[in-house]
Amino acid sequence: MASIGASPVAPGKRMTLGEGGSALAFAALALLSIVVAAKAWEAAYAFHAYLFAAGSVAAVFAIMNRYNERSATLPPQEIDGKPNYNMGPVKFATVAAMVWGIAGFTVGVLIAFQLAFPALNFDLAFLNFGRMRPLHTSAVIFAFGGNVLLATSLYVVQRTSRARLAGDITPWFVVLGYNFFILIAGTGYLLGITQSKEYAEPEWYADLFLTVVWVAYLLMFMLTLRKRKEPHIYVANWFYLAFIVTIAILHLGNNAVIPVSLFSAKSYMVWSGVQDAMVQWWYGHNAVGFFLTAGFLAIMYYFVPKRAERPVYSYRLSIIHFWALIFLYIWAGPHHLHYTALPDWTQTLGMVFSIMLWMPSWGGMINGLMTLSGAWDKLRTDPVLRLMVVSIAFYGMSTFEGPMMSIKVVNSLSHYTDWTVGHVHSGALGWVAYISFGAVYCLVPWLWNRERLYSLKLVNWHFWISTLGIVLYISSMWVAGIMQGLMWRAYTALGFLEYSFIETTEAMHPYYVIRGLGGILFLAGALIMVYNLVMTVRAVKPVAEAEPKSPLVAAE
Amino acid sequence: MSLWNKHAIFEKNSVVLVAGIIGVVAIGGIVEIAPLFYLKNTIEEVEGMRPYSPLELAGRNIYVREGCYNCHSQMVRPLRDEVERYGHYSLAAESMYDKPFQWGSKRTGPDLARVGGKYSDAWHVAHLVDPRSLVPASIMPGYPFLFETPLDFDTIGTDLAVQAAMGVPYTPEMIENARTDVIVQATLDDPDQASLLERYPKAQARSFSGRSDGVITEGDALVAYLQTLGTLVDFSTYDGQANVR
Repeated sequence: MASIGASPVAPGKRMTLGEGGSALAFAALALLSIVVAAKAWEAAYAFHAYLFAAGSVAAVFAIMNRYNERSATLPPQEIDGKPNYNMGPVKFATVAAMVWGIAGFTVGVLIAFQLAFPALNFDLAFLNFGRMRPLHTSAVIFAFGGNVLLATSLYVVQRTSRARLAGDITPWFVVLGYNFFILIAGTGYLLGITQSKEYAEPEWYADLFLTVVWVAYLLMFMLTLRKRKEPHIYVANWFYLAFIVTIAILHLGNNAVIPVSLFSAKSYMVWSGVQDAMVQWWYGHNAVGFFLTAGFLAIMYYFVPKRAERPVYSYRLSIIHFWALIFLYIWAGPHHLHYTALPDWTQTLGMVFSIMLWMPSWGGMINGLMTLSGAWDKLRTDPVLRLMVVSIAFYGMSTFEGPMMSIKVVNSLSHYTDWTVGHVHSGALGWVAYISFGAVYCLVPWLWNRERLYSLKLVNWHFWISTLGIVLYISSMWVAGIMQGLMWRAYTALGFLEYSFIETTEAMHPYYVIRGLGGILFLAGALIMVYNLVMTVRAVKPVAEAEPKSPLVAAE
Repeated sequence: MSLWNKHAIFEKNSVVLVAGIIGVVAIGGIVEIAPLFYLKNTIEEVEGMRPYSPLELAGRNIYVREGCYNCHSQMVRPLRDEVERYGHYSLAAESMYDKPFQWGSKRTGPDLARVGGKYSDAWHVAHLVDPRSLVPASIMPGYPFLFETPLDFDTIGTDLAVQAAMGVPYTPEMIENARTDVIVQATLDDPDQASLLERYPKAQARSFSGRSDGVITEGDALVAYLQTLGTLVDFSTYDGQANVR
């Protein structure tokens, strides 16, 4: 008997609790958003409420559509005794990382040139440096870096556990929800919605939404680990867990606000003044420590041994430096507040722990570099591995520079200058972006099941162009920062301050131009990468066999 | 069984591993942050500190919205050159009502902790509209739109009430009069000025942008805020030693 006008429904097909529950939750969120949009006090907030409504409706539609299309049973955990990995969300996050990366680097180049040529601000509210700078930092840290962390963590936890990701809707909710948060945050900055806490600028409603996404991420990660077929949790996953858990704690502590109204984007911090400053840099420095360090060390611990086809150098070193790193990092925040109105005892603690932090940081560097023992020759032939090795070298360099800058006398010169900006970028471009590029160069052929990358020659070009860009960037910022610090404190023979502030600003101009050029080179390298990745998916032959990779060898 | 083998408990149980991580990362934060809330000498006892007037608060919110903190610090360090360039070093007490704090982390432009009273209103207005008209080498963006956009202060009383709920000493009287206080402070020689000054001592009241049509712009609020910065504590009578408690 043919059914007319309705799609055939397989017998026994039922909506899961996850599907029904999340569809209902999104429907409720859509309703709430529409009410908020209608009664919002500010136009920008109403716009965001409409975005939330549209996103929620799209989510309900996607869930229902997916239910209609799927077979009666959910995808199996294993096929023919092999784990049935869930790589869709990983692919999405990988693509999102590159898209946001290009966007974030482009905005970075723009704001670099705004400082050299202020006419580029165009004196328009949404293009002014003050709104564009948070857009740049969030785009590169949370949008680019965050999606790399999502993609790699969801890939690594599945492969090292030999288990399919936990949950059916959850993986997509985490990946799409996180990117929706980025959209809200980014458009908010342009519209003037910010709480002005550096690297935590999004307002209360975006923070609340991110909290839900993040808790789902943590639970999904832990439940996947629980399904693992390996007795031990692989070292990369320790670092991913430390990153996810600690970022959750920091996020809650630093975003303790009370909104003015449900219908207003504006909120006020629970903390104020000196306490707020301390909470901010407890957060801010550990956004570096746990988002940009622990998370990317996890990437190192999976992708470097995998690419070099060597075991991790030392299992014991990884234990020691893991616990030492996460213990010491948390204390380092006050080095952002040297000589301020923060009490001296807190500053001293921050300095001492920052210096000690040098050791576990280099423990990680040594463990990463020495993993190449017996495989150093691959650096000549494999530019992807070279990217990752250079990233570890940059990690070592900036984790030496950081403790040095945290010494109070050094900091009295470096603080408030472009030396800090240069330091951040040696870590961000040299370490975070390079290890990410290396990981994505590995991931794309694996995820899309391609034999190899489209062109190693292009990887080589990417490597050299962007390395030149980084060198221009950080060396110009060293000169600019140290020079400005010295000019601020320069005295004439008669004991007067030698330079007015604006004279020190003028002296920065050539270095700001050089820095901008460095940024252009870095962006150019990333564009070459995108082309290479697109061609890898489009033009390279698929692998005949589905499971090409050898399992990781455990370290001894 | 060596100590190394004991680590297996973390490697074999994700809940134990997460508990270990939380325990280890909690220590530093607790030790550094919690005492700041109860150690008396964290915030000095000073005379003159008061919460922002509604107009100043509205201006501060513009300062936050435009991201001024990205280039301007509000924290003079106790270093010889900074004290000579900017004035007395900043006290913790001076930002005790700042939600959030605006100490900043970068000086692409000069520190603003004591900019209040250093320049005239007219200077600030001209400088915000076109910085290079006054300082040819300036790299600051222009903010002409602030002086074309009327300030939205209909709900400013709610802002005060929310802060009061978190311990900022705004009285019910201040909250009730918040809206009118904005108008009074942004008007030259308003008859109600005395009651404004009673609520907010040292508040400066006049038309900051010099407009005569009675429209209060976002720029007025911002200049009112800038002119307050660093002016509340009288350092000619401040005794730093008295706060060694």
